[in-house]
Amino acid sequence: MKECTVRECTIIKDKLTDLKEYKVADKFKDLKNEQKIEMLKRMFHIRYFEMEVEQFILKGQIYGTCHLYIGEEANAVGAMNAIRKNDWIVSHHRGHGHCIAKEADLNLMMAELIGKGNGYCKGKGGSMHIADMNTYNLGANGIVGGGMGVAAGAALTNKLQKNDGVVIGFIGDASTNTGVFHESLNLAAVWNLPLIFYCENNQYGMSTPIIKSTKIKRISDRKAAYGVTGVTIDGNNIVDVYNTVYHFAQLCREGKGPVLIEALTYRQRGHSKHDSQVYRTKDEVEQWKEYDPIVRYREYLIESGVLSEEEAKKVEDKAIEDIKAAAAFAEASPYPELSELETDVYAE
Amino acid sequence: MREIDYRDAIKEACIEEMDRDPKVFLIGEDIGVYGGAFRAYSGLLEKYGPERVINTPISEQAILGGAIGAALTGYRPIAEIMFIDFCGLAMDQIVNQAAKIKYMTGDALNVPMVLRTQGGAGRGIAAQHSQSLEAWFYHVPGLKVVMPSTPYDVKGLLKTSIRDNNPVVFIEHKMIYLTKGPVPEEEYTIPLGVADIKREGKDVTIFAYSNMVLKALEAAEELAKEGIDCEVVDPRTLVPLDVETLVNSIKKTNKVVVVSEAAERGSVASDIIAIINDSAFDYLDAPVKRVCGLNAAIPYNSKLEQACIPHKESIVEAVKLIL
Ligand SMILES: Cc1ncc(C[n+]2csc(CCOP(=O)(O)OP(=O)(O)O)c2C)c(N)n1
Ligand SMILES: [Mg+2]
Repeated sequence: MKECTVRECTIIKDKLTDLKEYKVADKFKDLKNEQKIEMLKRMFHIRYFEMEVEQFILKGQIYGTCHLYIGEEANAVGAMNAIRKNDWIVSHHRGHGHCIAKEADLNLMMAELIGKGNGYCKGKGGSMHIADMNTYNLGANGIVGGGMGVAAGAALTNKLQKNDGVVIGFIGDASTNTGVFHESLNLAAVWNLPLIFYCENNQYGMSTPIIKSTKIKRISDRKAAYGVTGVTIDGNNIVDVYNTVYHFAQLCREGKGPVLIEALTYRQRGHSKHDSQVYRTKDEVEQWKEYDPIVRYREYLIESGVLSEEEAKKVEDKAIEDIKAAAAFAEASPYPELSELETDVYAE
Repeated sequence: MREIDYRDAIKEACIEEMDRDPKVFLIGEDIGVYGGAFRAYSGLLEKYGPERVINTPISEQAILGGAIGAALTGYRPIAEIMFIDFCGLAMDQIVNQAAKIKYMTGDALNVPMVLRTQGGAGRGIAAQHSQSLEAWFYHVPGLKVVMPSTPYDVKGLLKTSIRDNNPVVFIEHKMIYLTKGPVPEEEYTIPLGVADIKREGKDVTIFAYSNMVLKALEAAEELAKEGIDCEVVDPRTLVPLDVETLVNSIKKTNKVVVVSEAAERGSVASDIIAIINDSAFDYLDAPVKRVCGLNAAIPYNSKLEQACIPHKESIVEAVKLIL
């Protein structure tokens, strides 16, 4: 895997935790080639899904706002492959990647994004509110930090039921400055809940660089305040993500949670639909693109002989085809009926 | 008179008050280089520097707590909460701290601050970014609540709110930032608690605030074509409320429709009707009609979203019902 170099604004090596210290084993190497290739396909799915969403934005079909995950794909795909299908996740406003990595239905997602009545939320939720019980996804959130307590609650269920399930709460770097971060991580810690807070440190919260809103160098250093394990990893390296999540999920299953994982990554697009990005330079974005998680993983798989150039191309083409099909499905889907307005306010 | 948009009127008010009083400062999320989520503060960081345009982490509770503390000790902060929906994260600061400190301490302390925020539907950002939550604040003694509908009003009322010695919840509407209107170059302020008659008429009173004033005016134009002459009363501030202007209008028209974008149940509109019942019952020739949002969350799909809130047609219909 192409190493990230030390430089300002890019993944700074001295921020990373030495995973050997935690005896994180290389479980990735034991995966079958098919699964390694499947992971590449999921990353392409996310990338091309988001690019298709950009087209819908241009066509004016995304009414409200949405937050793209381009550049962060290794996190969702690596993490989801390292847990079980029936482990819960809780997502946040930048949630499309989490859904796709959890194997949500691409058609229903795309339909939701353009407000169709057969979308995941019947056209009532849009980008920020997709949840899917079939894939154990407790949903995205429009409120920064809104899913943190929820994630702890789902982990409490696992504990009460004495099963060995684990919950991943995906959180943003900037969201760790909300009050609920403190309350839920502390609570999870005193109860030893099987919870991983997976913090996607994409360097910004909207326009504010994380270094301007947070004094400590590593967000994972907050582990000390809660008496939990915390590590900082290269979130654009899917192998590291996979191995780290696999390892700490195992600890959680043994009653040794919670864990705070900080993954250094980068959002390649604007914060949301409207963002002139005055707060960063083009140069910085270009530097990070050199460490694009998909490019790195693809090269790595080819170099290690898992698949050939042509095969990689086929995987990519298939992903593009799937996304085009989802877009066509969404376009052809019906809008919701007005009679839907006052349904779903209360449970039966 | 020159015309400027609502958003620039907000900025002008801040500039004038910051120039007049060095104790006024701005605090909130993404208000620095970004100029605020709706860009009301663009250029202000360059003009006043980071000590008076204070960009914060995502910490609503600390933003308002910080503003309250600074207000207690001599400053006049204007704290921005990006969406009124996010006030949920800081309700203790607003309801148990800001609103009550003066009373609880027997006037030992004052909280001269403005909580600037915006609400309302229309941008397709669904249930957690589109609510009209003014009733939450209206309900709490100790808070003033201001909801301007025009560039002229927003400027004059924001200046007064900044100078007010109480916590003022200043609620803008996301759909009117770019509407233009006449705003004098000369300095002016508008007192809190004085309604404005946005359109004179003799047949029916339409009481509306914030974005609903614009809808009410559209409805009044439509009804005028059919010879129905509506008077549109814009209270501009909900607390304090100018009951007198409303009652005087009802004395003239003897009929009133109350419009609010918020979900109907427990709404400010409901309370206005109680006030009309107390103060103007004898002048009424017809039951008061409410036109409000549905008792549902705001949906994403734009057709559904529009159907969830009042619009010109629903106001026209309500007026015709009581004629
Ligand atoms: C409570 C709350 N405050 C502010 C916002 C507005 N907002 C939405 S996303 C965001 C930045 C979040 O940053 P981070 O947690 O790092 O996630 P990222 O967007 O970088 O993925 C902000 C300020 C919000 N939605 N909710
Ligand atoms: Mg971030």
